[in-house]
Amino acid sequence: MTLDSLGLYLISLLTMGGIYAVLALGLNIQWGMTGLMNAGVAGFVAIGAYTTAILTTAPSGMHLGGFGWPVWAGMLAATLASGLLALPIALICIRLRSDYLAMATLGIAEILRLVVRNEEWATGGPRGVAGLPKPFTDLAAPYDQLAYLGMVLALIALVYWLAERAYRAPWGRVQRAIRENEVAAAAAGKNVEAFRLQSFVLGAMVMGLGGSLLAHNIRFIGPEAVEPLIATFLVWVMLIAGGSGNNRGAILGAFAIWSLWAVTEIATAQLPPELGGRAAYVRVFLIGLALQLILLYRPQGLIGEKPPRPLSRID
Amino acid sequence: MADFVSFYLMPGVVLGCIYALGAVGLTLLFGILRFAHFAHGDVMTVGAYVAFVGVVSFGLTAYQSIPLAILVSVLLVMAIDRTFYRPLRRASPIVLLISGFGVALMLRAAILFFFGPDGGVYEQGIRRPMIFATEWGRFRIQERHLWIIGGAVALALTLHLFLTRTRLGKAMRAMSDNPDLARITGIPTERVILATWAIGGATAATAGVFLAIDTQVNPMMGMNMLLPIFAAMILGGVGRPWGAVFGGLVLGIAEELVAAPIWGGQPLLSPAYKVGLSFAVMVLLLIFRPTGLFKGQS
Repeated sequence: MTLDSLGLYLISLLTMGGIYAVLALGLNIQWGMTGLMNAGVAGFVAIGAYTTAILTTAPSGMHLGGFGWPVWAGMLAATLASGLLALPIALICIRLRSDYLAMATLGIAEILRLVVRNEEWATGGPRGVAGLPKPFTDLAAPYDQLAYLGMVLALIALVYWLAERAYRAPWGRVQRAIRENEVAAAAAGKNVEAFRLQSFVLGAMVMGLGGSLLAHNIRFIGPEAVEPLIATFLVWVMLIAGGSGNNRGAILGAFAIWSLWAVTEIATAQLPPELGGRAAYVRVFLIGLALQLILLYRPQGLIGEKPPRPLSRID
Repeated sequence: MADFVSFYLMPGVVLGCIYALGAVGLTLLFGILRFAHFAHGDVMTVGAYVAFVGVVSFGLTAYQSIPLAILVSVLLVMAIDRTFYRPLRRASPIVLLISGFGVALMLRAAILFFFGPDGGVYEQGIRRPMIFATEWGRFRIQERHLWIIGGAVALALTLHLFLTRTRLGKAMRAMSDNPDLARITGIPTERVILATWAIGGATAATAGVFLAIDTQVNPMMGMNMLLPIFAAMILGGVGRPWGAVFGGLVLGIAEELVAAPIWGGQPLLSPAYKVGLSFAVMVLLLIFRPTGLFKGQS
């Protein structure tokens, strides 16, 4: 591997890690702050990715769309569309106890995946939507990738800043109160359902943004890209590994687990082909095992939650 | 009429029996351990693959392999409980749920590693259905369907007798009703939990083998069963074994019927979406009647 290709590899590694960091930040708003168990991350990723795919591609007979919007508009629309979808889901599901919410969101995400697979006129069915525009492609070879990475990192910074502001604000304090003790929060006069709904919709919007970043990065979106394993489970492992409740933990977990995932891919690529195909399953197994070990031995994650201290009293 | 029974009702009942067996274990586990076992579908897959080994390597028939599949699956779920779930008993049910998610992933990865992604069949070739010519028409019934229904009924009755007649079964129901009360009256809770895993593993393994007899073994089969059996459990009321059986039958039959061209020659729902029916039922139930039709635990 030459230095150039190593550099390119690093850039793509960081880009994908960054996209997952956006997803993990979104999940952290829902689960880390408010304790909403969303097992349907893939559904919101799909909405974001397909929205931007349909809006920004050139006309094509293979799927709905061809509106040729600029990328930034597609990403904005993806964020809003994901929030718009989350709103009715939240309105009807948000009262559910956490394990039931997990089943309901998983079911909704699976229905969405069925729709995406079967409604060929809109989504291209199993063939997906190809030929998404990628920004900065007019730059010369490694700089286009670098610029995309820069954009992803800037968006992480933006989402992080917003999430951190929200976490430290009175709004975030109420969310934590709901997470720890719903009844007490309600007794203190807080509208628990409204707060839970806000958290769910905001988290879903961030996931939609992440989905659009994913689609533009690989210039393609298909049903495989929004499988529960890749789009839901991996994000959960990242958040738990990094430390749920901690925005920095979400980012750290995303980069750490994605690096692990990518490095094991290099390792398995060195194996002879008849073993190499199977070794891919070893990776999945190890990710599952890593999750178990974290849950058993370090449930707070790499960096646990550090709620802001109350202001010291002025004597 | 005869065609309707042969091609839609009968397969629906068979699918319903398979759902029922999966949902019974799930509902007992939910009642006793108070967590949604996300790896239950993959335990079904494990059972089906153990029987596959029995057929391919030991020359047994699929039915003869069922005890082997049960044995391996039960030992496996007990070992998983010891290693991963037991240390988390005092944690919140959500942590257990996430852990179960991880176990599901590990089981599937292990199966894919050893058997590859392609799946297989217990028996090559096509068996002709048995034909019953009656005054209502010619019914074509697959022999395997009768075996599956018979097996499921026998298992459900055995389980019923166990839960109502034996000490351990009664302890299990007591624990499901009120775990704290059960503990202070001296019920050995860890033993009850092990027995619950034994039942859950055995019914899941049998359901997996039945499903594979009816269709084929496939690494994703259990994953695809997971949401329907959750839906069946919730439909029947969480913690209620007979409710789960009822829910499984309703969903299995409904899934086949919506794809049947009985309403003006058109199916109610495009067959591509028939698996979506269970998801939709589950989501609607969770929202409007989370205790199920027969008031289970909420």
